[in-house]
Amino acid sequence: MTNLFVIFLSMALVNNMILAKFLGLCPFFGVSKKTKSAVSMGIAVLLVMLVASAVTWPIYYYILVPYGVEVMKTVIFILVIASLVQIIEMAIKRTNLTLYNALGIYLPLITTNCAVLGITFINVDQTYTFWESLFAAGGAGTGFMLVLLIMSGIRERLDLADTPIAFKGTPIAFITAMLLGLSFLAFKGMV
Amino acid sequence: MSSFAGNFTKGIVRSNPTFVLLLGLCPTLAVSTSLDNAIGMTAAFVFVLVASNILISLIHSLVPDKVRIPVFIVIIATLVSIVDLMMQGFVPALSKSLGIYIPLIVVNCIILGRAEAFASRNGVLDSIADALGIGTGFGLAILLISFIRQLLGTGKLDLFGHHLFTIPGFSDNPVAILMLPMGAFLVIGTLLALFKWMGVTKGD
Repeated sequence: MTNLFVIFLSMALVNNMILAKFLGLCPFFGVSKKTKSAVSMGIAVLLVMLVASAVTWPIYYYILVPYGVEVMKTVIFILVIASLVQIIEMAIKRTNLTLYNALGIYLPLITTNCAVLGITFINVDQTYTFWESLFAAGGAGTGFMLVLLIMSGIRERLDLADTPIAFKGTPIAFITAMLLGLSFLAFKGMV
Repeated sequence: MSSFAGNFTKGIVRSNPTFVLLLGLCPTLAVSTSLDNAIGMTAAFVFVLVASNILISLIHSLVPDKVRIPVFIVIIATLVSIVDLMMQGFVPALSKSLGIYIPLIVVNCIILGRAEAFASRNGVLDSIADALGIGTGFGLAILLISFIRQLLGTGKLDLFGHHLFTIPGFSDNPVAILMLPMGAFLVIGTLLALFKWMGVTKGD
C-alpha cells in the first residue's frame, strides 16, 4: 500500500509530467491562459490517463507479451487511446451534457497529448503491476492538473504585469515554467 | 524547381516548427541535454517526417476523407516503430538515453500537422521538400538549444565520446541549472525573446 502511495506522489510531484518529463507541453502552453479551461483540461487528461492505463495494461501483458509482439506497442497503444477518447466523448455526451459542454472541445485534443501515450509507455518501461500503473496514471494526471492550474493562475496575473516587450506572451510563459519547475525541485527529497 | 526550394526554405526560418509555430516541444526540450541526443533525435525525426510525407502524398487520393486521420496515425506509428527498432539494434546506447521520447514521436504534432496540412494536398516532390525543410528547422532548433545547454551547463563540448572544447576556468563551476529540466525552459524562453527582440528592432 505504501508502495502505491509512493508511486502516486512521485508521479505527481517529483517526476511531474510537465516540469520534469516535458510531456504534454502543447496543452500546457495552449490551455493555461484561463483557470476555468485549465481545470477542464486537467480533469479530461486525468480521466483519459486512468482509462488508458487500465486498458493498455491487460492488452500489453495478455496479448502482446504472450505472442512476442511487444514491438507493436507503439501502433496498438496509439490506436487504443484514439478510440478510447472517442468512446469517452460519446459516453459523456450521452450521460452528462453539462460535463460534455465543459470538457467537450478538450477531449479530441487529448489524442495527440504525449502525456497520455507517455504514461502508458512509462508503465511498461517500469514494469508496473496493474494497480501500480493505475496509481502512476492517477499521480501523473493529478500532477498535470496541479501544474496546469498553478500556471493558469500565474498567467492571468501576468497579463496585467509590465513585462518587457520582447518577453511578452510565450517567452515569459517559458520563464515562468522554469521558476515553477525550480520550486517543484524542492519535492525531490520527498520520495 | 523554384517551388521545391521555396517549400524547403520556408520550414527553416519563416515557419520554423520550434521557434515560430511552437509545435513538438516535448522532444526538443526533453532530449536537448547533449549534442549526441539532439543529433539522434533529429535523425529519427527527419526519417519519420520524410517517409510519412512521401507515403501520405502517394496514398492520399485513395483514402476516404473521414478516416484519413486514423490512417495517417497508423502510417506514422509504423514508421516510428521501425526507427525505434533500428536504433535499438544499431545504436543501443543512444536509444537508451533517448528512452520513451523515440516512441513518442508518434504524437509529435509537427508530423501529423505536416501530413494533414501539406502532404495530403500536394505531390511527392513538394512533400519531400516540405519535410526536409521542416526537419532542418527542427534539427537546427534542437541543436542550438542543446549546444547552449551543454556548453554553459557543463563548461565543455563532447560529441559521441570525442572531446571538442573546454571553456577554461568555467568547467569547474558551470551553470548547472541548464542541465536540469528547468534549464530547457530558461534557454527556449530566452531564445524566443531574443528572436522577437531582433524581429521587433527590424520592424521599427
